[in-house]
Order: sequence, then structure tokens, then C-alpha cells
Amino acid sequence: MSMAERLTIGAATRPKLARHARLRFDTARGLWLLLAPERVLLPDPIAVEVLELSDGIRTVRDVAENLSQKYDAPLDRIATDVTAMLQSLADKGFVAAADGVRP
Amino acid sequence: MSETAAAERPAASLSPEAGRTHGLPVAVLAELTHRCPLQCPYCSNPLELDRPKDELSTAEWQRVLGEMADLGVLQVHFSGGEPVVRRDLGDLVRRASEVGLYSNLITSAVGLTRDRVFALADAGLAHVQISFQASDAALANRIGGYRHGHAQKHLAAGWVREAGLALTVNAVMHRQNLHELPQIVDMAVTLGAQRLEVANVQYYGWALKNRAALMPTRAQVAECDRVVEEARERFRGVLTIDYVTPDYYADRPKTCMGGWGRQVFNISPSGKVLPCHAAETITGLHFDSVRDHSLGWIWEHSPALNRYRGTDWMPAPCRSCAHKDEDFGGCRCQAFALTGDAAATDPACALSPRHAAIFRTAEVEAETGTTRFIYRNPTGGTAEA
Repeated sequence: MSMAERLTIGAATRPKLARHARLRFDTARGLWLLLAPERVLLPDPIAVEVLELSDGIRTVRDVAENLSQKYDAPLDRIATDVTAMLQSLADKGFVAAADGVRP
Repeated sequence: MSETAAAERPAASLSPEAGRTHGLPVAVLAELTHRCPLQCPYCSNPLELDRPKDELSTAEWQRVLGEMADLGVLQVHFSGGEPVVRRDLGDLVRRASEVGLYSNLITSAVGLTRDRVFALADAGLAHVQISFQASDAALANRIGGYRHGHAQKHLAAGWVREAGLALTVNAVMHRQNLHELPQIVDMAVTLGAQRLEVANVQYYGWALKNRAALMPTRAQVAECDRVVEEARERFRGVLTIDYVTPDYYADRPKTCMGGWGRQVFNISPSGKVLPCHAAETITGLHFDSVRDHSLGWIWEHSPALNRYRGTDWMPAPCRSCAHKDEDFGGCRCQAFALTGDAAATDPACALSPRHAAIFRTAEVEAETGTTRFIYRNPTGGTAEA
């Protein structure tokens, strides 16, 4: 069995939610939640947007460009923020990388 | 968009609102059965096990799962005993998925087959937690009191990963296996687990009965701290380690269950709603059953749940303590087990008048206690040969 390696998020990574991570809106509390084993995170509105764009097809660069256009914000800064956020979630096991382009 | 870097906030908004003793429940431990092929001497089930004929039926659990979702529960942990002995486990997982619950399976993995793992994944199971008793097979099988258990666990862990499910390795630690912790960490990584629970034994029920055989030395505890810290650093981004420290040697008590009846609860095989799996060890409390009331009614009105909620019930020294809203006075079951009074300060707390005595008891038992187990079974336990 091969040893797992830490996922490093880069511009070309195609991020997606890990299979065991579930993003859902909780109507009882009126909150977005990210559920994982023994963990519940409360993503802020931007994090929800990033995770919804992280479909395993778009690259981190695509996600950043999308948000940069939508919010008319500098791409460099958005890309840095998005990468840091996804890295933090990857380190917790919430975010994985897709192997390649698959619909 | 400066908030982007703050991807998540601590789960503060899941906590009860200010001035409330309890909020919407977040997670439920569903003990489907007390039947189990293993006989671990630290089993968290009560000494008096529920009988199979008293277990909730499939239809009853399906109703209760729906009530959980309505009540705001987010995660359900299917546990036991050994939950896979219930043939309807797949139906219950499917029902949990239908009502939007995130489902976890907490299993010994004994009795699990590859087909069953894939069927559970298909039913919407998200995560499997497999208990390991040690890394060495002979030691593991001796602790579990089951000859081929360890090899079966390794096979099952492989199927879990093959099915694409998240895997947690749960390792209950005590004096007789703490020397293997570094190998257990490596085993968890090799098995492809994303998460490892290093859970030092908590002494209630069966574990209290076996305390002298399980209590670690202070040197072992210090080494355990060091190994966990080193492994967390070495496997950052690969393996998350959740660490339960042994509280007899602690200064501050654990915030048991996040507070009595505050955000989580347990349902026993026969349907009793408990603030934790050990609560039935406290005599004199009557726990309401899902057979008699809706979950919503029980969560709000059950006298047993309301008994130790919040801080108003506290006597001294907890009542005037600066930490009372953080640790809620520690663990009620431990207070009852060690003082005979469930409202007493948990003796794990340095402010308890009993603290020095239990600290000393732990040290003496760790140095001079027996190594022979009393195995957990429905007949009250069997001494190791």
C-alpha cells in the first residue's frame, strides 16, 4: 500500500471536495456547513463560493480568475488567498485534487 | 476580499446561544446493539448490557433518524457493541442519507466483508472508524479477546479505502500497549487513514473494573505526549491526530461531551437517550426512551438531561470557579464513580479535594497493578486465564 503524501495546492491543481466532505446549507441553523469525520466547519460566504467552484475540472487559476472578474479585484491577491484557503482545507483532509479533466 | 484567507471560523455559531444551557444537538452516537465478537476490557458499554430482544427495531431506528434530522442533528455515528452484527445497518445508513445526516460507522471491523463495505458506501456512508487494539497481532488479539481480529481489521481497512471512504484508526491506549504508539502511528499512515484517534482509556464501567491492569505510568504518559506531538508535525497534511489524554494525571478536568446534554447525545440499543455512553453508571437517574417520547420532547424536557445542564446545579468549588463555563465541572460519571456523588467536582480537577488521592491511586496501580484482564461479556466478565 502506497504512503499518502501531503497535497500541495498550486495554480494548476484541480481542487474538489474530498469524497467524505459534504458542503450543505443547514436550514435549522441558517448556516453553510462543511461536514467531515468528527468535524463541522462553518465556511464564510467566499469560502462557500470557492468550494462551489472547486469542481475537479477548474484549476486554482480558473477559480481565482472567476472571482477576480466577479469582484473586480486584483488577480494576484485573489490567487494567493484562494491558494492559502484551499491548502488549509487540504491539510485538514477536506479538499482533494482531481486526477485529470473529467466531466 | 480579505476574508478569503479566513476560510473557516471555529464552530462558534453551532454553540448554544448566550444564556442557554443547550443548543440544537450536533451529533448523536447511535448504539445499535451491545452484541460484539470482541471482549475488550475497556469497553465503553455499561456492565449490564442491553439484550438483543430489547434492541430497537429497524422501523424504530428509521423513525428516530428522521426525528434527529428534524431536530437539527448533523452527524450520526453508528456504533455499538459491534454495529455490523445488525443486518439492517445498510438500511439505516440509507435512511440517514435520505434525511441528510452525515453518517459515520464506528466498528471493530470484525464481521465486515468487502461486499458489505461497498454496499454501505453505496448507501451513503461517509466515514469508517476502525478500532485497533495494538499494532502487534498477538498483543492486539489478546487485548480484544478474539483470535483473528487483528488480521481482519487490516483487510477491512483496505476495503474501506478501496471503496473511497474516509478511514479513521481508533487506538485505545493503556499501560499494556502504550509502548507500541509509534508503530500504531505508522500503521495508520500505511493503512491510508486520514485520521488517528489516540484515545487513552477513560475509567468507567468495564475500564474501571480493569483499571489496575490498564492505568499507564506517568513516564508512559509523558512519552505519549511526545510521540503525538512529533507525529503531528511529521504527518502534517497526511494524518490528523486527535488525542485524548488520560485524565487521572491531569490538572484540569476534560470538558466531558462538551457539557452534559449540551450539543450531543447517545441512544442506547434499547432506545434510552443518554448524555453520554457511560451515563447509565450513575444510579438514581431515569433516562427517557424514544419508545415513549419524541426525540424533540426528550431533548428539551427529559429530567435526566436537564439535571446537570449549564452551571446552576453546581456546588462548591465549581460554583464560584472561573473555569466553570469551559469545563462544566468535568465528568459527572467520573465524579459519581470516584465520590459517589454525580454533582461533585470531577476528581480529575486539581481543585477537587479528592484529586491528590486519585493521582496517588493511579501511580500505585500503574506500578503494582495486575496485568490480567477481566474480559467484557454479557455474563458480567471473565478473568483472563
